[in-house]
Amino acid sequence: MSAAYLRYELLRTLRNRRFLFLSLGFPLVFYLLVAGSSRGVRDLGDSGLSAPLYYMVGLVSFGAMSAMLSSGARIAAERQAGWHRQIRVTPLPPRAYLRAKVLTGYLMALLTMAVLFAAGAAMGVSLPAGRWLEMTGLLLVGLVPFAALGILLGHLLSVEAVGPALGGGVALLAFLGGTWFPISDHGLLHVVGQLLPSYWLVQAGHVALGGAAWGAHGWLVMAVWSVVLGRLAMAAFRRDTARV
Amino acid sequence: MTGSGIALAGLSKTYSSPEGPVHAVRGIDMRVAAGETVALLGPNGAGKSTTIDMLLGLARPDAGEVSVFGRAPADAVAAGAVGAMLQTGELIRDLDVRELVAMVASLYPRPLDVDETLALCGIEQIAGRRTQKLSGGQTQRVRFAIALVSDPELLVLDEPTVALDVEGRRAFWQTMRAFAARGKTVVFATHYLEEADAHADRVVLMAQGRIVADGPPTEIKGLVGSRTIRATLPGAPLDALGALPGVTSADRRGDAIVLVCADSDAAIRALLAAYPQASDVEIAGAGLEQAFVALTADGAVRA
Repeated sequence: MSAAYLRYELLRTLRNRRFLFLSLGFPLVFYLLVAGSSRGVRDLGDSGLSAPLYYMVGLVSFGAMSAMLSSGARIAAERQAGWHRQIRVTPLPPRAYLRAKVLTGYLMALLTMAVLFAAGAAMGVSLPAGRWLEMTGLLLVGLVPFAALGILLGHLLSVEAVGPALGGGVALLAFLGGTWFPISDHGLLHVVGQLLPSYWLVQAGHVALGGAAWGAHGWLVMAVWSVVLGRLAMAAFRRDTARV
Repeated sequence: MTGSGIALAGLSKTYSSPEGPVHAVRGIDMRVAAGETVALLGPNGAGKSTTIDMLLGLARPDAGEVSVFGRAPADAVAAGAVGAMLQTGELIRDLDVRELVAMVASLYPRPLDVDETLALCGIEQIAGRRTQKLSGGQTQRVRFAIALVSDPELLVLDEPTVALDVEGRRAFWQTMRAFAARGKTVVFATHYLEEADAHADRVVLMAQGRIVADGPPTEIKGLVGSRTIRATLPGAPLDALGALPGVTSADRRGDAIVLVCADSDAAIRALLAAYPQASDVEIAGAGLEQAFVALTADGAVRA
């Protein structure tokens, strides 16, 4: 895959207003609203984290999930347009087509992180450089299941279905993952949340306290989701490309 | 990358549908020499698009083999030797025309210059326009540019002039011929006899998933442009039928005979005079569709 091809993919994504709003505009505006109004809270809901830091990671998770899953919307649209057939008569291998979609999702997720980290710093979030890097690394790893989920939904759903599915899915995963408020450490929400990759994305903020943010439990949940969704995504992709 | 050209051998393909299996292609053998321009002519449902899908490696044949310049279609495509304009397909959005053509060009080892390609296809004036804001005719020209920009050895066009107006068609074929004149191989599908006649070195006539005729355009035009008489007439000798005035060839389908006629008026008078017992007489008109039906009625295979 050429760098030029990736550049055009990225350009297309940046020009898609609906997508930019969901992955960048919406999280940024909400961050400024929510964190701005609770700037002085040092320990948000017993999370041990200040409100500006907690919400920063919470809304980065929201935006980055949207960025990764948007590849599903683009795959579904390109399937419907017949563009995947046009691409199949070029030398671009099908796997490289997927790679470009995932890579574009990651670059957009990094953009969301950069913007929200800057907003967080402006709100008084202060961490050693090593902690910022550690948090970024955890978030990037934590996005792997969402890359797979985007591909899976893009190959399974029609264009009409994929928009609501992704919008609703992100909203639900963000809510259960703790984007909007810390999940208390007991009760049903806690049990459900701990099984979801979005919960552990938001937990990446805990690197600020030192020590491991995820622990064995978090890594295990992420690994299981990555493997299961990754396999399903490859199966859907193969079925879709073989059927034509 | 030249050499053996293209070979389709014993190709067949059946799709399943709610109404049962659809035998889209039922045994096709054909060769296209490198540098040749060949038209696949036939009505809708003749199997042209399915044949093209197999030629491009988009569909796997149930039986038979495809060879493109001595390799499997997928390998020829991977090497960048093939450019294609498929029958259906929209453009992806959020890029302008030049960017989209450049994006496709970036996938090939030796593409043409992008601006040169835009000029060739007559779309330099809309180079800066977003793809979602194009008319049907403009979209079609951009799709042609996408097929051409790779500078392929084999150019495959499936019903390329649908959605183009008269002037657009003229310009399209002019560009296609200039491209073919550089020694490139071109295969295009059409259901217009005039297009096949005017722009191909050779015409392959398809109907109901089979090749029913293959030859120079003049020959095919004579065959298809004429009328056919069908009648139930058991036992009549084909030699005698073929010698009737106005008849160019005679064929038998079970109890029925099929006469391809240069002058169907003379032929019908002569036929009824010589064989008053002929019944169920039908004369098929000039339309391609009817001519094909007459040529291939009852699914009979032409020898």
